[in-house]
Amino acid sequence: MLDIATAYNKYTFLGNDFLTWIWFSIETQTDFSALLGSKDVITLEIGNSIVLENKLGDKSKEKITIKGDEAGLEEGTTALKKGAWVTQINLNCKINEDEYKFTIKGESYNITGLKTPKTDLSKTGDEIEGLVLEKAFFCFRVFEIMDTLFLKYLDQRIADDWNHKGLQDIKNWIGSV
Amino acid sequence: MGLISSTHSISRYHIEGKFEGSAAEEVRNNLIAYSIPKLESEFDALSAGWTPFESPYNPDFDKFSIQFGTFFLFSLRVDKKSIPVRLVQKYMALEIEKKMEKSGREFISKNEKTEIKEMVMDLLMHKIPAVPSVYEVLWNYEEQNLYLFTTQKAANELFETLFFKSFKLKPIRLFPYTLVETKSAFSNSDKDRIFSLAPLKYTR
Repeated sequence: MLDIATAYNKYTFLGNDFLTWIWFSIETQTDFSALLGSKDVITLEIGNSIVLENKLGDKSKEKITIKGDEAGLEEGTTALKKGAWVTQINLNCKINEDEYKFTIKGESYNITGLKTPKTDLSKTGDEIEGLVLEKAFFCFRVFEIMDTLFLKYLDQRIADDWNHKGLQDIKNWIGSV
Repeated sequence: MGLISSTHSISRYHIEGKFEGSAAEEVRNNLIAYSIPKLESEFDALSAGWTPFESPYNPDFDKFSIQFGTFFLFSLRVDKKSIPVRLVQKYMALEIEKKMEKSGREFISKNEKTEIKEMVMDLLMHKIPAVPSVYEVLWNYEEQNLYLFTTQKAANELFETLFFKSFKLKPIRLFPYTLVETKSAFSNSDKDRIFSLAPLKYTR
């Protein structure tokens, strides 16, 4: 295994490329339940923010942040056309009737602002253990879905037909918006 | 509390290695050994240690459980003293004035200023209480997964250092590369292919 700091910097792009693919998959109405091989009905939508970055020669970078509940993402797709990539995305994930909202960062894979479904259990007394386990279960579900999607993405990425199919589909989508 | 609050920020770790003896005992004993002191040190600008999830301000591991279902759950508490710049400026001005009055001079040297600053910092460091920050740690020992309920860089670094010191097990932060290395079922040749990928270019 590589040195952690070296690996972190060297493979930052893997997480960012994955988030761009997530956006593409959402916009092209991918069946996430089928992709994940899940019996649950799983849907993903872009939430209230997306952040992209673009290199502007030398060491300078351009950062494009789109925020707002009903924000249009045109600036984002324009940035993609100019060679930008997604570095952070806010997602709404629905698993059957349960809703999860969170932001995921490509390079660190950190999850922030995670809102899980409401629970009726109380923070005090005998119910604390139940509450902890329920909250943990909710958090794990999000990681399970994002990890599985990430590994599925890598499966596609190393497939022989990636350049003709996967990458071409993303390029077609970017070109069409 | 992060874990049972309405929103969560989480960083994840793969824990390399396992204990030779009973995990429950090892975890409990090492949490006690590296728990945060009950009484705050007057001299430390920063102190970090473990404390029970249900009792962040009283590190009593005899009274509170660390086992929740199949997980270990406890907290990392970081007590930090930070002295506001304006407070330092105020005390500095007062001490400089005192020094000038005493010496009858109208100026003080650079060295004297440095000495005064050190004295003021010492004085304030003793007076100011530390501000505690508490971050939950949820550890699935069997699956070697650990969840730290913060994404703050400084807290992550403190956690990694203290965790290794306490348990002698290495926490490996999970991000795209380490996720493939530690949590995927990819064959070695597939891993080689993944690690030789280059960033995508979407422009035609």
